[in-house]
Amino acid sequence: MIHLSAAQMAAKLATGETTSVALTQAHLDRINSVDSGVHAFLYVDTDGALAQAAAVDAKREQGQDLSPLAGIPLALKDVMTQKGIPTTAGSKILEGWRPPYDSTVVSKLKANDIVILGKTNMDEFAMGSSTENSAYGPTHNPWDLTRIPGGSGGGSSAALAAFEAPLAIGTDTGGSIRQPAAVTGTVGVKPTYGGVSRFGLIAFSSSLDQAGPCARTVLDAALLHEAIAGHDPKDSTSINAPVPQVVAAAKSGDVKGMKIGVVKELNGDGYQSGVRTRFEESLELLAAAGAEIVEVSAPNFEYALAAYYLIAPSECSSNLARFDAMRYGLRVGDVDGASAESVMNLTREVGFGREVKRRIILGTYALSSGYYDAYYGSAQKVRTLITQDFNNAFEKCDVMVSPTCPTTAFKIGEKSNDPIAMYLNDIATIPVNMAGIGGMSLPAGLAPEDGLPVGFQIMSPAMQDQRMYLVGAALEAALLSKWGAPLLSKAPELAGK
Amino acid sequence: MALTYEDVVAKYEPVLGLEVHVELNTHSKMFCGCSTIFGAEPNTQTCPVCLALPGALPTVNEKAIESTIKIGLALNCSIAPFSRFARKNYFYPDMPKNFQISQYDEPICVNGYVDVEIETDEGPMSFRIEIERVHMEEDTGKSLHVGGATGRIHGAEYSLLDYNRAGIPLVEIVTKIVPGTGKYAPEVAKAYVAELRDILRSLGVSDVKMEQGSLRCDANVSLRLIGIETLGTRSETKNVNSLRSVERAIRGEMIRHAELLNKGERVVQETRHFQEESGLTRSGRSKEQAEDYRYFPEPDLVPVAPDAAWIETLRAGLPERPSVHRKRLQEAWAVPDKEMAAMINADVLNIVEATVNLGADPTKARSWWLGEISRIANDKEVTIANLNITPVDVAEIVALVSAGELTDKLARQVVEGVIAGEGKPSEVIAARGIKVVNDDGALMAAIEKVCTEQPETAEKIRNGHLPAAGALIGAVMKETKGQADAARVRELLLGHLGQSSN
Repeated sequence: MIHLSAAQMAAKLATGETTSVALTQAHLDRINSVDSGVHAFLYVDTDGALAQAAAVDAKREQGQDLSPLAGIPLALKDVMTQKGIPTTAGSKILEGWRPPYDSTVVSKLKANDIVILGKTNMDEFAMGSSTENSAYGPTHNPWDLTRIPGGSGGGSSAALAAFEAPLAIGTDTGGSIRQPAAVTGTVGVKPTYGGVSRFGLIAFSSSLDQAGPCARTVLDAALLHEAIAGHDPKDSTSINAPVPQVVAAAKSGDVKGMKIGVVKELNGDGYQSGVRTRFEESLELLAAAGAEIVEVSAPNFEYALAAYYLIAPSECSSNLARFDAMRYGLRVGDVDGASAESVMNLTREVGFGREVKRRIILGTYALSSGYYDAYYGSAQKVRTLITQDFNNAFEKCDVMVSPTCPTTAFKIGEKSNDPIAMYLNDIATIPVNMAGIGGMSLPAGLAPEDGLPVGFQIMSPAMQDQRMYLVGAALEAALLSKWGAPLLSKAPELAGK
Repeated sequence: MALTYEDVVAKYEPVLGLEVHVELNTHSKMFCGCSTIFGAEPNTQTCPVCLALPGALPTVNEKAIESTIKIGLALNCSIAPFSRFARKNYFYPDMPKNFQISQYDEPICVNGYVDVEIETDEGPMSFRIEIERVHMEEDTGKSLHVGGATGRIHGAEYSLLDYNRAGIPLVEIVTKIVPGTGKYAPEVAKAYVAELRDILRSLGVSDVKMEQGSLRCDANVSLRLIGIETLGTRSETKNVNSLRSVERAIRGEMIRHAELLNKGERVVQETRHFQEESGLTRSGRSKEQAEDYRYFPEPDLVPVAPDAAWIETLRAGLPERPSVHRKRLQEAWAVPDKEMAAMINADVLNIVEATVNLGADPTKARSWWLGEISRIANDKEVTIANLNITPVDVAEIVALVSAGELTDKLARQVVEGVIAGEGKPSEVIAARGIKVVNDDGALMAAIEKVCTEQPETAEKIRNGHLPAAGALIGAVMKETKGQADAARVRELLLGHLGQSSN
């Protein structure tokens, strides 16, 4: 049962073939059995999940109208607040903190009767591409436990790939939903900025952060997308417009006559050969499905990474200033006679990891008087240029595509001492965040040379998220008929306890 | 030998710069729905947003934007079609986010002015104070540093934090530099803050209570030799919590600067704290090393782009300008210039107006507030606003006097009683047993007694020497314990002694 898609599970719940309690218990059992090896979860809310499941079953028994995903279990990235449930954002500094409020995403999940199994591991404050920066130890890729599951949302993608949950919530600041999806053979979507409320999302970089759905199929992602999206008066940057019809798009998958723009700059040198093979093959399948493949150019994308590593650290240096031991979380050095300043310093020294400190320092410097124009100011200009590149390209095509990442999953520890090599993982995903548009990654097959999953990225204009679901569904269908079974069926069996 | 103020202004020209912070009186905070009521139990008016819990986001209070635009319009500013919030980053325990959401290079209102008038020996003089900007921001929480000698964080044993104030909407009104006020600088500054306060009060956007901190003034002062263009080094005096203090602080700083400059020393650019008791300022933190607040546009808030039609609606709804209002009152009440100036100077105009609006005669209302009540306030060293007497009380007292139920002298006792907390005027009258003796029989008995006791004086009056009546009237009043109506006593006395009371 745990190997089904969420939509298939929902059908079985609707017919009474199974119950949410049984489904939830099956996933809790699976977590219990494999998570010691995968380490996707930081906290499993067994009692809460089962209680929620029982409540949904009761509603169903009473014949109440239920949402399409009612009763389906979900894994929540630990960056989202959930009332009463430990929320750490992967950081020591929040160890033991239980939020007194639900994020809007969690409120919507609860309103949709989606069962929250627990909180998933992540790079500390979503800063990283491998979950190695989690203060609570790395997550392992279910395809090969010696490899990274991507990051920052590696816990969510690994939970999906290990069949510990059929749905998960991720957040994407520079690729934290899409890159983990790519390297674990799952689907991840970053909606248009403002499409899903950020209220209760512990901020890394406010102007780039966006929560989105993670799943094993395009349709599942669409169902979850519609459940969590929509205007929220508690988030000033949330879009006050109807949610794009992504479920309808995922069900249609009709790409006849659509123009698909291949980004010239996101290919070639630096991209692993197996990644390129699978990408080319996907383009052929989309062409066969009736789409027109065109080449588009985005000359300013080459500056995206540099600009990103000024904007995101700048915003994070300010966003993370609130972690000062005064009101919540860790407090170190609070002994008789210690000043507030020394408690703040000691707490931050102990509570923040190396990558977080690196970015706080970088951002503090970039915002400093005398450097602001050269760094933060210039980076914002690059951002405008990238948006213009997208606008120009979208005049020639309906969606843009590229490989999600230059390589397949690397080994744990391989890049942890080389931040620049680590940052380069996100070279193809970052432009989407800079422009605030939508981006999806779905599995394109395995790289012949290492047998590891490759991700295919689809980018759609702002507030046209349905387009990436159309293309994603078309490609998914074509690949499925080619493979005969979902890609994840090729993943190695995980040893149970 | 200490410098006198006259010495200072004979040699130097002061240049002012005034920053006024105003707490808006919106029901909810700037960026969340928490209540703004003053004086609640600590930390009871807080939520995830104003406590800066992880994940919480600000949203803008539309009412606060409206109030700020009204202020801008009343100060003759242009309203920016597009303005943004910015983060001002610094660490302090009572600042929950460790940044303050403020406005930096894109404020909502710019380039205005306020005209103020002061009374001088040379007659009334008018000065135009130019406004550089009006912007929105949020207040911080409050720290209470316990133990230690100074009440400041250094040396304190521990500190208590109250976040009820964190996130209260603040508007900052910043002037351009104000040169050309010469020896009148302290009075101009005071008149400016008073005018600003009156404007804000007329707009209904703030409680404008300086003593509660809902209106706070930071006064920047520098001196330059008369005739020299280059600006001197300025000091910024904080904690100036009354109109009188504005004047004192500036005067004091001018003298302090001049003493330094005369000795060939330099003025340090720094923040100074005004000491209410001494009227002097004490050094705060030095601003020689400009603090780096790492301002950048607040990414959690979309820019403020007020609709032009909305701005025009607000403009059309602005109340009468306080200066115009004052002129109108002066005419309606037929008050001489000097008396009007006295009322403005004593800051009783609004309270007199409120009393008149309750039906009191303007001259009587004015004389109570400006006379007896001001005198009591002075004796007690408090402001009139802090005295326990309201326009309703005074209007009642004025009415009782004109109905003949109180004499002026008795009325003063009632005022005293009201201020002493004995209740409303009617309660004071009842409790103290105050009443006018208007029983002619009782008065005649007293008059006859007095005439018998002082036959020579009575005889003088009989012979037409009316000024002598004063002594006998006084004696009668004494006899009746001051409860008689003196005019009636005079009438009866003169009649008794065969004289006409006219």
